[in-house]
Amino acid sequence: MNWLDTIVQGILLGGLYALFAAGLSLVFGIMRLVNLAHGDLIVLGAYLILLIVSLLGLSPFVAALVALPLMFGLGYGLQRVVLNRVLGEDILPPLLVTFGISVVLQNGLLQGASADTRRLPTGDIGVASLNLGPVTIGVLPLLTFASAVAVIVLLNHMFYHSALGRSFRATSDDPVTASLMGIRPRMVFAQATGIAMMIVTIAALYLGMRANFDPAIGPARLVYAFEAVIIGGLGSLWGTLAGGVIIGVAQTMGAAINPEWQILSGHIAFLLVLLFKPRGLFPRAFD
Amino acid sequence: MAIIALDNVCKSFGALKVADGISFAVPEGEALGIIGPNGAGKSTLFNLITGNIAADSGTVHFMGKDVTRTSAMQRCLSGIGRSFQIPQPFGKMTVFENLLVAAAFGQGRSERSVETACAEILDRTGLLVRANASAESLSLLERKRLELARALATDPKLLLLDEIAGGLTEGECRQLVGTIRDIHASGTTIIWIEHVLHALNAVVERLLVLDFGRVVGIGEPAAIMASREVREIYLGIEV
Repeated sequence: MNWLDTIVQGILLGGLYALFAAGLSLVFGIMRLVNLAHGDLIVLGAYLILLIVSLLGLSPFVAALVALPLMFGLGYGLQRVVLNRVLGEDILPPLLVTFGISVVLQNGLLQGASADTRRLPTGDIGVASLNLGPVTIGVLPLLTFASAVAVIVLLNHMFYHSALGRSFRATSDDPVTASLMGIRPRMVFAQATGIAMMIVTIAALYLGMRANFDPAIGPARLVYAFEAVIIGGLGSLWGTLAGGVIIGVAQTMGAAINPEWQILSGHIAFLLVLLFKPRGLFPRAFD
Repeated sequence: MAIIALDNVCKSFGALKVADGISFAVPEGEALGIIGPNGAGKSTLFNLITGNIAADSGTVHFMGKDVTRTSAMQRCLSGIGRSFQIPQPFGKMTVFENLLVAAAFGQGRSERSVETACAEILDRTGLLVRANASAESLSLLERKRLELARALATDPKLLLLDEIAGGLTEGECRQLVGTIRDIHASGTTIIWIEHVLHALNAVVERLLVLDFGRVVGIGEPAAIMASREVREIYLGIEV
């Protein structure tokens, strides 16, 4: 068995989990909203890309570009019309509502797209790989990881070097004071969810090209995303990437020992981190 | 013309009347001081002016327009700026970023176009050397200065100051009063709630006394301080 190869594959898989998690982390960081429908929104994004691919005959990458503004609009609208109404002191209503959205999305997709498993066409890129001695790196996993890094670099840049990012941070800190500075917290929340849905679209692209998907796989993606966010420490985007990598490496190592242990080892790694570092590896948010 | 005018404004929290028929007007360019015992409804009055809480009845006019039902955000954009009694900076942002946010969003302008103005305000309020420090690392005086600077960054026509001199040493207080005098001299209308009376008297032209949510006196500071009601309420002296 080639451990080095196993670890490298795990790191690259971690990029996918970080993409699952980045949107969740963004939304939680800004409005303390735990979106239980996050995984199902990723699946919805994958179906949307598939629909564009089959209707227009585009490559999945171009289809994802088309889907990006649509998903931004969906996120913006969802926040404006539904989620803004349930945000408040009580954390239960947003949980119930996003749980409801999760159920609706799963069943809506089941109705509209059937329970058959689907996959985005990858063409040559799906099998292309780079041979680096003992390690073989698939082009698609490498691209996934690079996209995760790019998303995190862009998000960090937006947060610390743009008016939009500063309005996000100000609102996250204190929405009441922010509104006295002329910021509209509800608008900020809608923009944040819109951006989170764009990250979801990128996650959906790689999810759909890497593996089969069907309407029921959302909740498991949500769990991976959660684990990555919590391992990394709430509020730290690089921490989220590290969290994704830890789950990814744990899963591939578990699978290398026994294929049945893949999912379990990811969860065990998560529990171990919780046991020794309950606030995550890189805690940033202190509230 | 009165820049801000309240007419018979009432607000209750349950059985507690925190604003009981408050009426007064402040002419443009004036500095008005507000005094009154703890719990008299002073900060509530500010919240009613900024729109953080809505009046039960009565009206608030700002620059001739009825703003009684407009949101805090809209009132900020139309020119009402405030500092908080307990400083509430955006702690994880730098001092300069705190101002940038207030200036860009408070005036609806791009960050680039307000950068110079923000640096000037930092200079005026003595915070320039701390521009890149995170706001949570500031001392109390610096936090109070940041409150003032951030309120100024929204380019207010009416500036509300809530106990900005409280908890400062004499020297610090003098510095801050100097800054506020300069701001007033540049034409900004100021309403200032303060317990530190000598600081207040160094700036304001009129005093308003609040007690149990009612205006019990308004006028020239010396006359107000000498009046019987004020001495009874404020100094606890039976006369």
